[in-house]
Amino acid sequence: MDIFLQQIINGLTLGSVYAVVALGYTMVYGIIQLINFAHGEVVMIGAMVSFSVISALAGTAMPPLLILVAGVLAAIPICMAVGYTMERVAYRPLRRAPRLAPLITAIGISIILQHVAMIIWSRNNLPFPQIIQVVPYHLTTSEDGATITNVQIAIISISVLMMAGLLFLVHKTKLGVAMRATSQNQLVAGLMGIDINKIIALTFVIGAALGAVAGVMNGTYYGIAHYQMGFVLGLKAFSAAVLGGIGNLGGAMLGGVLLGLIEALGAGYVGDLTGGVFGSNYQDVFAFLVLIAVLVFRPSGLLGERVGDRA
Amino acid sequence: MRQLIDPQRNPARVWGAIAVIAVALLVLPFALSMIGTAWVRITNLAILFVFLSLGLNIVVGFAGLLDLGYIAFYAVGAYVYALLASPHFGLHLPFWAILPIGAAVACLFGVLLGAPTLKLRGDYLAIVTLGFGEIIRIFLNNLYQPINITNGPQGIATIDPFRIGSLDLSRNETFLGLNWTGPIKYYYLLLLVLLLVIVINIRLQNSRIGRAWEAIREDEIAARAMGINTRNLKLLAFAMGASFGGIAGGMFSAMQGFISPESFVLVESVMVLSMVVLGGMGNIFGVILGAVLLSFVPEILRYTVQPAQEALFGRMIIEPEVIRMLLFGLALVLMMLYRPAGILPSAVRKRELAKPDNGN
Repeated sequence: MDIFLQQIINGLTLGSVYAVVALGYTMVYGIIQLINFAHGEVVMIGAMVSFSVISALAGTAMPPLLILVAGVLAAIPICMAVGYTMERVAYRPLRRAPRLAPLITAIGISIILQHVAMIIWSRNNLPFPQIIQVVPYHLTTSEDGATITNVQIAIISISVLMMAGLLFLVHKTKLGVAMRATSQNQLVAGLMGIDINKIIALTFVIGAALGAVAGVMNGTYYGIAHYQMGFVLGLKAFSAAVLGGIGNLGGAMLGGVLLGLIEALGAGYVGDLTGGVFGSNYQDVFAFLVLIAVLVFRPSGLLGERVGDRA
Repeated sequence: MRQLIDPQRNPARVWGAIAVIAVALLVLPFALSMIGTAWVRITNLAILFVFLSLGLNIVVGFAGLLDLGYIAFYAVGAYVYALLASPHFGLHLPFWAILPIGAAVACLFGVLLGAPTLKLRGDYLAIVTLGFGEIIRIFLNNLYQPINITNGPQGIATIDPFRIGSLDLSRNETFLGLNWTGPIKYYYLLLLVLLLVIVINIRLQNSRIGRAWEAIREDEIAARAMGINTRNLKLLAFAMGASFGGIAGGMFSAMQGFISPESFVLVESVMVLSMVVLGGMGNIFGVILGAVLLSFVPEILRYTVQPAQEALFGRMIIEPEVIRMLLFGLALVLMMLYRPAGILPSAVRKRELAKPDNGN
């Protein structure tokens, strides 16, 4: 029971990171029906930038929390700039091109970002300095029972706050109205006086900002950043977005949390269930299996609308 | 291009050109081995990549389906060969028996992967194949316990080379007064197979199936309205591309004698895709050109960038490997932005990609 509870806690933490990344995919998809393959790389850049800032400040007398905030505040604008540049250079000129074209540029951008990051930050695993004291809180009365750490609590609550903020932005503000209008019909939205290019660029930028925070959370949670970390993370977050119904904000959140739980429980129990044939080293496979299963049985995702089948 | 190779229009020039190319290709390995046997090996790998690009071209170029995990099928073919012809399981089947098995297994994986995704929009296929490439690697890395199937990250060594009767393709021999090294013999074999593949590709492109693929790529709904079974044909393209990958993998296994999961990373898939895109999706000769270019440029970089950097800065700042990847990434982006149809565009593709708006 304790293991189960522990895996739920781990899954929720993991899931909230996935959910925040998945929002980046789903927002862009919702507005221009494009899978932004390079979004995982934005998350990676966020983690890397915050790594540099945090390690630079770790030796100083600054309070740890302030250092962390500085790391996040440095990562956000840089990721926003990356997101904006990406949209401007690689996607905007191809908005009316056949579907294959932006997919291929996205792959190209992703490779370029990875290797630029590698030149800047080396190809090694970069260990985040442990500036925050990890404090476990016991959830049960027994001494070796399930725990939740302060870092996990912080990750979950920050994610919930950001998601709430995004929902508010999309549903209650003028910008949100413009975004929803653009996603429904670009031409008509333009006729209503909405600057479509600006709105689409803003969508990329907001997604990138969320990605930056997710990158920092991922980095501090696992204590490590790597120039290729964005690839698998992006793949999982995309699976989460599809699971929830791509293009649907609530769906991305639900999908992310569910995927986190599936992964944590799967990794925790797969060894016992298969008699030790498969171990937790197959953790990364679960997201993919979920993706395939969703595409076979319910391509529109849990909360999504029907997906057109035009190539 | 078509004018040039249409023998009816230009017989003497065409046969002349073909003869020159043929002689050049026949003499090439001996010329290269004078610079160093390494270059013959590089050429062999380049031919293998041409082979792979032609396989991917069926999927991406002909049928317009983006496959981002193509190297996974290559891996499947390579491991099938390695498992059936190495001391790992003690099996030593002849290559002509294994290559079809490898192709069939890769094809099976292709169908399994394509069936659920091909009825959906193209971008789903892209992401599923991307994931599949990664999953195959995870399995190859981990399937060594409790039963040792793939030998994990250590890979499989001492894989049998191709043997035809008593002729062993990996051994050195002297014949007709020339020194026939292993790579040189493989070169001729690969050249022969490549010729076959090119012929198959050209025949495919101009066949009923090829035209159906083209129709699907251009407009799937219209194609379906014309009575084309789009799902099955897309599946066929996908399966066919996968089997080509499987055969190429088997040959890679035999040629190298050693494989490990490290040879089948995402980067390789991107590389093959870049070759197809750079040369011109859907154009067989464009793809060949792209593959040859992108196979040799990195090798040339390896021999020039390092000394150049050392001379300029006194040490190596950016590894040639990284420059290679940056070049691939840039090639993908710039080609899509400025010359979406590739260096040698196929006529139809050019028309399609140049169109400002195709209605979706």
